[in-house]
Amino acid sequence: MGYGVTTRTRASRVAAIAAIVLIVVGFALPAFAPRSVIQDMFFILTLLMLAQLWNLIAGYGGMVSVGQQAFVGIGAYAMFAGVILWGWDPVPAILLGGLAAMVLSVPMAFFAFRLQGAYFAIGTWVIAEVSRLLVAQWMTLGGGTGTSLPREATADIMGVAAIAALFDVRDAAARDILAYWLALIMAVATIGVIYTLLRSRTGLALAAVRDNDNAARSVGVDAGRVKWLVFVATGAMTGLVGALIYVQTARISPDAAFSVTNWTAYVIFIVVIGGIGRLEGPIIGVIVFWALQTLLSDFGAWYLMILGVIAIMVMLFAPRGLWGLLSDRGGLALFPVQRRLTGPSEGT
Amino acid sequence: MIWLDVLVQGILLGGLYALFAAGLSLVFGIMRLVNLAHGDMIIAAAFVILMGVQVLGLNPFLAALMAAPVMFGFGWALQRLVLNRVLGKEILPPLLVTFGLSVALQNGMLEVYSADSQRIPAGPLESAAVDLGVVTVGIMPLLTLASAIAVIFVLNRIFYTTALGRAFRATSDDPVTASLMGIRPQSVFAIATGMAMVVVTVAALYLGMRSNFDPSIGPARLIYAFEAVIVGGLGSLWGTLAGGIIIGLAQTIGAQINPEWQILAGHLAFLAVLIVRPRGLFPRAVD
Repeated sequence: MGYGVTTRTRASRVAAIAAIVLIVVGFALPAFAPRSVIQDMFFILTLLMLAQLWNLIAGYGGMVSVGQQAFVGIGAYAMFAGVILWGWDPVPAILLGGLAAMVLSVPMAFFAFRLQGAYFAIGTWVIAEVSRLLVAQWMTLGGGTGTSLPREATADIMGVAAIAALFDVRDAAARDILAYWLALIMAVATIGVIYTLLRSRTGLALAAVRDNDNAARSVGVDAGRVKWLVFVATGAMTGLVGALIYVQTARISPDAAFSVTNWTAYVIFIVVIGGIGRLEGPIIGVIVFWALQTLLSDFGAWYLMILGVIAIMVMLFAPRGLWGLLSDRGGLALFPVQRRLTGPSEGT
Repeated sequence: MIWLDVLVQGILLGGLYALFAAGLSLVFGIMRLVNLAHGDMIIAAAFVILMGVQVLGLNPFLAALMAAPVMFGFGWALQRLVLNRVLGKEILPPLLVTFGLSVALQNGMLEVYSADSQRIPAGPLESAAVDLGVVTVGIMPLLTLASAIAVIFVLNRIFYTTALGRAFRATSDDPVTASLMGIRPQSVFAIATGMAMVVVTVAALYLGMRSNFDPSIGPARLIYAFEAVIVGGLGSLWGTLAGGIIIGLAQTIGAQINPEWQILAGHLAFLAVLIVRPRGLFPRAVD
């Protein structure tokens, strides 16, 4: 066998098998888990997706956005518009959310790409604020106070009746199961898409631009185009997640849908604590975040304060996050993106 | 007539925004650090002043004078113990640390002071006004603008006529060369952040006397301050004043057309400047 370039490792093969097992268990979960577990899992999966997407643009693309809530909000509102104004079924209306977020991400990129580094961060935040203020003027969707999905629309979402019959549960629980399954499918797809992207030429170009803009340009990478593509794709996917979250919530207001705390601050903490610039980071981060939230749920605002302090500590003493601490020891990588040379003696 | 009034009020409001922005501009100019907790620090300083007024029964201005060294110490220690460790080539660590600080401060204040609206009582000064013939202006907004001009004047004097200012400029240009000349960038940064916190105290004094505040409003102040810095041009303190006035004018004009559009108009003015002059109106720093 000759020389070759591969990104696979033994750990990644074990991880792939474990992932398949986990996904199968995940799909079967509603058969034996109570409704509260399904709701918790939905919450974890949506946060995981948002964290993976933010990690893609910030950790791999170097674009620290504090405006991702714009995409969650606009995606959710587009889904509501599809249901309330045009009578769509909420599930296909999720696609409208992705489309609207993609449309928003183009002017957002136009403005924010004029700013560098930290100014990029606040620039995206300003645009998210502008989106929130504009949506609050949209009176048919409840203006500043918000609105709910009409009962008729939530009553006959496609597939809910079948799920209700399958698991012998009430419609409300069946809706949660449907949302959970959609979240599971989307989470697997999100991680799959990001992993494929990172292993592709575009992913390599993205990392090159992040590490050294000028050097990347000098070897022929179109830095602006790569960043733009990733930013817009991330925006669209974040919009899909936002729409899905609000299919489950069924109640929306501009302040909640465009909340910087819920959709960006938590997400940033998850990524920072877990390990930025690694696909494994957000997975570890979301588990830690969930554990902290469950442990500290009685402490109100102290919880967020502790989270902020932990994020500062991680940045000071373990800048590559918890996963960084783990993998620095032995180079463990469940989703390896590094290209390694394999020789004849090594086998595959 | 009404528009002349709007114009004057807008300029005066701009004074407040320039005060919010001056500390941000100072820190950015020297160490290229954007402090995402800046807005929350203004609110924290307002609470410190309020404590001085309520607990010690001081006059608000005297309370601010007492709060200033406390805030200087806080800024100095923050820079020494935390921010200096993360400053470097990468932009992500300082950004994430100040973001964590913002969330921690905001929620810490929420627990300590509750979500109730507060105001620093300023007695008769609150409603005092002077009649300038064509328009009537409040003493408080006038004082705010005057303080903004004074703060920026003093900062500029420090920058360009003192040994400390020379150290600031040298470190800003090239920390490595500056350290060869016997300057310690770490100490210079700590003094700069301390000074920024003194400016924050002045901003907090006027914010607290002019309007109600609660722990949640910091991030919005950060955004106004940031817009003023960008509109004015990075690294130029007088530009920051102009930027603050432009944002203040846009907000006042927007509010005159429709009260719901006040904040939106400020943001749109910022985006408009970004299209026409991405580096701001009076850029100085090459970044």
